[in-house]
Amino acid sequence: MKAQLILENGARFVGEMFGAEKNIVGEVVFTTGMTGYQETLTDPSFAGQIVTMTFPLIGNYGINLEDNEAEHTNLKAFVVREKCDHPSNFRNEMNIDDFLKEQGVVGLEGIDTRALTKILRDHGVMKGVIMSGVPTDAEIASLMNSLDNSHVIMDTTTDKIYTINEAGAPHIAFIDMGAKHGILRDLAARGCKITVFPANAQAAQIDEMKPDMIFLSNGPGDPLDAPGTVDVIKELVGKYPICGICMGHQIIGLALGCKTKKLKFGHHGGNHPVKDLTTGNVYITSQNHNYILSDYPDCVEETFVNVNDGTCEGIRHKTLPIQSVQFHPEASPGPLDTGWLFDRFLKEVK
Amino acid sequence: MPLDKSIKKVLVIGSGPIVIGQAAEFDYSGTQACQAIKDEGIDVVLVNSNPATIMTDRGMATSTYIEPLTAEYVEKIIKKERPDSIIAGMGGQTGLNLACELYDKGIFDKYNMKVIGTSIPSIKEGEDRDSFKKLMERTNQPIAPSEIVTNLSDGIEFAKEIGYPVIVRPAYTLGGTGGGIAETEEELIEILSQGLHLSRVSQVLLEKSIKGWKEIEFEVMRDGAGNCITVCSMENIDPVGVHTGDSIVVAPALTLADKEYQMLRKAAIDIINSIEIKGGCNVQFALNPDSFEYAVIEINPRVSRSSALASKATGYPIAKIAAKIALGYNLDEIKNAVTGKTYACFEPAIDYIVTKIPKWPFDKFFGAKRNLGTKMMATGEIMAIGNTFESSLLKGVRSLEISQYTLERTSSKKRSTVELKQRAIVPDDERLFDLAELIRRNYNMEKLAEITGMDPFFLQKIKNIVEAEEELKKYRLEDVTYDMMKRYKRMGFSDKGIAELTGSKAAEVFKRRVEMGIIPVYKMVDTCAGEFEAVSPYYYSTYDEVTESFPSDRKKVIVIGSGPIRIGQGIEFDYCSVHSVLSLEKAGVETIIINNNPETVSTDFDTSDKLYFEPLTEEDVYNIILLEKPDGVILQFGGQTAIKLANFLADMNVPVLGTQPKYIDEAEDREKFDEMLEKLQIKRPKGKAIWSVEEGIAEANILEYPLLVRPSYVLGGQGMEITHNEADLVRYLSDAFAKDKKNPVLIDRYLGGRELEVDAICDGEDVLIPGIMEHLERAGVHSGDSVSIYPPQNVPENIIEKIKDVTYRIALELKVIGMINIQFIEFKGELYIIEVNPRSSRTVPYITKVTNVPVIDIATRIMLGEKLRDMGYTTGIAPKTNTVAIKVPIFSTEKLPRVEVSLGPEMRSTGEVLGVGHSFSEAMYKGFTAAGTTIPKAGSTILATVRDLDKENFLPIAKEFAKMGCKFVSTSGTADLLEAHGVPVQRAKKISEGVPNVLDIIRSGMIDLIIDIPKKGNDVHSDGFKIRRTAIECDVTIMTSLDTVGALVNVMKAGYTADSVDIIALSDIR
Repeated sequence: MKAQLILENGARFVGEMFGAEKNIVGEVVFTTGMTGYQETLTDPSFAGQIVTMTFPLIGNYGINLEDNEAEHTNLKAFVVREKCDHPSNFRNEMNIDDFLKEQGVVGLEGIDTRALTKILRDHGVMKGVIMSGVPTDAEIASLMNSLDNSHVIMDTTTDKIYTINEAGAPHIAFIDMGAKHGILRDLAARGCKITVFPANAQAAQIDEMKPDMIFLSNGPGDPLDAPGTVDVIKELVGKYPICGICMGHQIIGLALGCKTKKLKFGHHGGNHPVKDLTTGNVYITSQNHNYILSDYPDCVEETFVNVNDGTCEGIRHKTLPIQSVQFHPEASPGPLDTGWLFDRFLKEVK
Repeated sequence: MPLDKSIKKVLVIGSGPIVIGQAAEFDYSGTQACQAIKDEGIDVVLVNSNPATIMTDRGMATSTYIEPLTAEYVEKIIKKERPDSIIAGMGGQTGLNLACELYDKGIFDKYNMKVIGTSIPSIKEGEDRDSFKKLMERTNQPIAPSEIVTNLSDGIEFAKEIGYPVIVRPAYTLGGTGGGIAETEEELIEILSQGLHLSRVSQVLLEKSIKGWKEIEFEVMRDGAGNCITVCSMENIDPVGVHTGDSIVVAPALTLADKEYQMLRKAAIDIINSIEIKGGCNVQFALNPDSFEYAVIEINPRVSRSSALASKATGYPIAKIAAKIALGYNLDEIKNAVTGKTYACFEPAIDYIVTKIPKWPFDKFFGAKRNLGTKMMATGEIMAIGNTFESSLLKGVRSLEISQYTLERTSSKKRSTVELKQRAIVPDDERLFDLAELIRRNYNMEKLAEITGMDPFFLQKIKNIVEAEEELKKYRLEDVTYDMMKRYKRMGFSDKGIAELTGSKAAEVFKRRVEMGIIPVYKMVDTCAGEFEAVSPYYYSTYDEVTESFPSDRKKVIVIGSGPIRIGQGIEFDYCSVHSVLSLEKAGVETIIINNNPETVSTDFDTSDKLYFEPLTEEDVYNIILLEKPDGVILQFGGQTAIKLANFLADMNVPVLGTQPKYIDEAEDREKFDEMLEKLQIKRPKGKAIWSVEEGIAEANILEYPLLVRPSYVLGGQGMEITHNEADLVRYLSDAFAKDKKNPVLIDRYLGGRELEVDAICDGEDVLIPGIMEHLERAGVHSGDSVSIYPPQNVPENIIEKIKDVTYRIALELKVIGMINIQFIEFKGELYIIEVNPRSSRTVPYITKVTNVPVIDIATRIMLGEKLRDMGYTTGIAPKTNTVAIKVPIFSTEKLPRVEVSLGPEMRSTGEVLGVGHSFSEAMYKGFTAAGTTIPKAGSTILATVRDLDKENFLPIAKEFAKMGCKFVSTSGTADLLEAHGVPVQRAKKISEGVPNVLDIIRSGMIDLIIDIPKKGNDVHSDGFKIRRTAIECDVTIMTSLDTVGALVNVMKAGYTADSVDIIALSDIR
C-alpha cells in the first residue's frame, strides 16, 4: 500500500507501507548503525519515535527471538530504503515484515532515507506522520498535533517490581526507565542480584530493599518528563552508590544539579568516539539519545567527552560513589569496546 | 601524542613492479604516505623500482630512487641519505619483506634508524606462521587446526592427522603464491613441494580446510596510545576457498547480525591490540554459517589491497592516517578530511553497498587454467557503489569491460545444466554468469547455496536480477511503463541492458527514459551516512529524487580514467590521468575524474575537484556530462577504455579536448590508416586481409616468409603468430577459419628488425619527441614485453632523422592535439611503421622520468590551447639526458597455471622495473637485478634448448658463457650443436626419453638459468612449454629471446656487483 511520511516542515516521502498498516505520528529520528536493526526495533529508548535507518538494506538476517532488547517494540514506525523479504541467517526465525505486523509497528519502505536523514540533520528532530492514501491537510495537521510523548517512560517501564538472580551479589536496585535487556544481562553476568523497580518507584520502597547500589537505566523521551525520578534520586544521593546509563545518566545529573539540553538531531548509531578524560583513551561507542547534560555544579566532574562535538558523555561525583555514562556500554547493537564500564560501576560498591 | 619531533627524514619503500597480488593499490597508499609525511615538513626518501608509479614522480618525495628493491641497494641509499626513520608497511608484501630483511641484517641499527609505525617484531608476529599461531593462542582466538612444516614428509604426516582437504599456505609470499587446497595426498605433494620452494623461509602452513565458511574481513586502525577503530567490514560473496583477491566482495558485510558482527569486530581489535599495531591492519575471518564458530584466517599488519578498497568504499584514507600515526599522532588528533569537523577516531558509517569484482586476465591467456582457488589470479579490480545490492552488482559487471550489461552471458547459456552445476562447485571467472544461468533454469535455490557455499541472501539477489531480466524480455520498449523503467533503473540496469532485453537500442532506451524524466542523481560518499555535513567531492549515481552534486559555473574538464588494471592497460594510465588533472588544476580549470578502479591515485577524492566513482560506459559517462556540462572531456589518458568512447561522444556533440574523434578513428581503423600511410608514402610491412587458406598460401608466396598472422577480429585472446613456412601457415589458417569464417585473417610480412618507439606531443604545428626508445628484443615480441632502452644505443643518425620526420608528418596528418604513440621497425636500413596509437601510451611515465620532459603537463596544456613554442619547446627530439635508463618487463606467469611463458606478439607482462646507469651495461645490470633475474657467474649451470632457426645465432653467445666458466645442459639437438663446436655440454633426456629428464633436472635445483628459444608458443603438449612452465614453477630465470640472452652476456662480462655500481637519484637524471 502506498503511504507517505510527512514531516513537520512539509517535506514528503512516498513509499510502500509494510508491517502494521495504520496512520501514526511520532518524532522522526535516524540511526546510522549498519547492523543491529533488531536491537534498534526493540530498544525502548525509541518509544514514541519514527526511526529511519541510514543503511539501505534492512532485514537481511531476519529476526530471531534471542536478540530483542525488550518484550515489545515501542517505536511508532520503522522507515527503510529496502526491506529484505528473503532473510538468511542460521538464527533467522521470521522476516521483518511479519515481525512488525506482529508487533503492530508501521513500516515504510522505498524512500530516499539519505535525503530524509539530511533534512533531519539540517533542521533537527521533528514530528512526522505516516499516512496511507491521500490525506487532507486537515487530517495531517490533526494527526501531527496529536503527538504527546510525555508518557513514554511509563509506557515502557516495568509495571511491577521483580528480582533477577535472587542469590547473587551485590544487590542492585535497578530503576527501569525503559531499560534495554542488555544492561540487565551485563549486570546479571557479573553475578549481581537485581531488583527491578518501575520508573515511578519511591525512595522508601528502594530503602526497604537495602540495596548495595542504585542503577538507573536508559529510557525514552525527555528526562524532565520522568515521573518524579529526579527527586527520588535526590533523596538517595549520599546513601548509596548510584550509577546510570543514558537517561539514567541524565537523571543522576539532574539530581546532582546539572541541566539538560536537547541536541539538534541527537546521537544515534554505533560509531561515536568517546574520550575517557582520565586516561585519554578513545572508545567507539553505541549511542541513542537526544538530550545531554550541561552546566555541572561544583560537585560534578566530566569523565567522558564526545570527540566529534565535545558534548558530555559521562560524569562522576567528586566525593560520592556516583557515576554515569551517556553512551551504551552494553552495546546491543554496537561495539563492545566499553563493556568494562560495568566492572567499574560495580567497584563503587564497597 | 602529537608529532614526534625527532623524526626528520623517513625512508619509504615501495612495492616494486605490478604483479598479480600486488597492483596499483600500493602506489595509492605509498603516494598518500609520502604526502602525509611531507605535509608535516618531514623529508621523505623513497625507493621503488617501478617507474610507472605516481609515487616515484619528481616532487612526490624529497629524494626518489628508482633502484632495485634489494637489501644491498637500499643500504646504499640509507648510507647516502641517512634517514632517521623507516616506515615499513606502505610497500605491500615486497616492502615489508625487505624491511624485515634489513632489520634482521642489523642495517637499521647500524645507521641508527628507528622503525616508525608498526614495529618489525609486531609485523613478524603477524606474518610468521608459527608466531601467528602462538599469538592466536595467547589472545584466545580460534584458528583452524594447523601446523608449520618445513619438509614434505612432516606435511604428509600432519595431513593424515587432520584429514583432507588440507590448505597449503607458504609464509611470506604474495597473493597466496604457491598455495592451494589439496584434496588428496598426491595433490599435497605437488602443492607443498612448490610452496616450500617459494617461501622465503621455507615455511609452509598446512591447515584443515574450512572451505565453505563465510569469509569476512575487517580493516582496523590502532594508534600509539592503543585507540582502535574498525574502518570497514567486508564480506566475500565467494566463501572460504576462493582467494579474497579473486572473490566478489561487498562492503559492509551484509549477512551478519549485530551479535556476529560485534564478535568479529572485537576479535579484530583484541588481536591488533595484542601485537601493538601502530597504523593499519587487515584481519580475515572465516565464520561458520551455521553457528557463532569462527576462525582467524590471517592478518596483514600493513596497508593492503583490502585497505585500499576499504578506503575507497568509505572515504576513510587508511594509508594517510597510518602514516600520521607512525609520525606520532593519535587518532583523536587527526582531522577527518571528509567532514573537516570530526576526527579520524571514529568508524565510518556507510549508507550504500560497495561491490568489488576482480578483473581476470583470461581474455589474454586463452589456455590458462581458470579455476579460482587460494592463489590469486586477478590482475585488477573494479568497485561499484549503489544503494541496492543489485545496482551495485550490475554497475560492477559493466565496469569490467567484458561486454556484459546483464547477467545473461552467451558462454554460460551454451552450457548444459550438468556442466553449469559442475562449474558452480568448482568456480572460475564466469561463476557469476553460470550461477545466473542456473537460476534462470529454475535450479533449486537451496541446493545452489549448498553446492556453492554462498549465502542464500546473495543468491536471492542474483535471482532478483534474473527475474527482472526475464520479465523485461516479455516487453517491447514502447510498452515499458514509467514505474517499470524507474524500478529497473533503480535496480541498476543500464540502458544497454534494457535495450538488449527488450530488443531495442541503448539510444532509444535513453531517449525514452529521459522523456519520462528518469535521470540519475548523485549521492555523496561522506564517511558518516549523512550525519555530518561533508565536504568530500566524491559521488556515485542512484535513481533517487534528491541529488547532492551541484555543478559549479567554473570552467571545467572531465578526465576519463582507465578502469581496472589489466594486461596491456595498467597503472601507467592512472599516472597519466592524475598528471593531467594536476596540470588542469594549475591552469585554474575545475577537474572531474570518472573512474571505477579502487586501487588508484585517480580515485582518491583529494586528487581532483570532483570524483565520480562510476562505470566507464557510454551511458554512465554521458549522464555525468549531462549534469556537469563540462567545457571539455579528455580521453587521451584513459587508455583504450577512454578512447573507445570517442565516436559516441562526438555523436553526442560533447567537446573532446585534443585530437578529434574523427582522427582517432582514422588511426584506429586499419583501412583508413593504410590509406593515410599510402598518401604520406610511409612504409609499413606489406600485408593483406585474406579469407581462405588457399588465398593465404598464394599471398604468402608473394609476401615471402616469415609472416605475421593474426585474426582481424580478435576473439578471446587468440592472438598473433609468426609463421615460418607453409605448413605452419596452413595449420594456423585452417584453425582460424574453423573458429570464425566471418572475418578475414591478416597476414603481414614479418620483419625481424629492431623495434623503436616514440611518444610524441603535437600542438597542430610542432611535434615534440621527448625521447626515442629502442627495444632490446627484435620485432615479433610485443612492445609491452620488450626491454626498452633510452636513449637508443644502436640506431644510426639517418634512422633517427627519419623517425623525427615520419612522426612529424603522421602527427600533423592525424591533426593530433596532445599525445601520439608510434612504433617502428628498422629493418635493413629502412624504417617501417607498425602501429600508431592516437593517445597516451604505457611508456609515458617511463619516458617522462628518464627524459625529464613533463610530457602529460605539456600535452594537457596543449589541449587547453597552448602551443609548444610558448612553453619553450619546438619540433624535434628533446636533448638526451645524462644516464641510460632501461625498462624491463615483469611477468606474473607463476600465478597463472598453464599460461605460455615465452615472449611473443601477445602481451603478457603485468609490470615493469627500471634500471638506471651511466652506461648501457650498468643500466641493464640494474634492470636485471630489479627484475630478479639471475645473472650467471663462473660455475653457473645453464639449460639451453634452442630452435633450429636460431642455432647459428646462439653459438657465439654459448661460447661467451663457456668462456666465463658456465656449464651447459641440453637435450639432443642443442647438445649436438654445442658439442660439434667444442662447447662442453651435459646431455639431458627429453621428456619422451624417460626419467630423469630435463624437467627433473630443473626441479632438482641445479639449473641457474634456462635459455629456451621456442619454435612456437602456446602448445601445452610440447616439451618446450613444459620446460618453461617448470622453470616458472621452480622460480628459475628463463629467457626465451636470444636478444635478451645477448644482453645478459654483456652484463655478465662487465662483471658488476651491487657494490661497484652507483645509486642514482631521480634528480640526478638531467
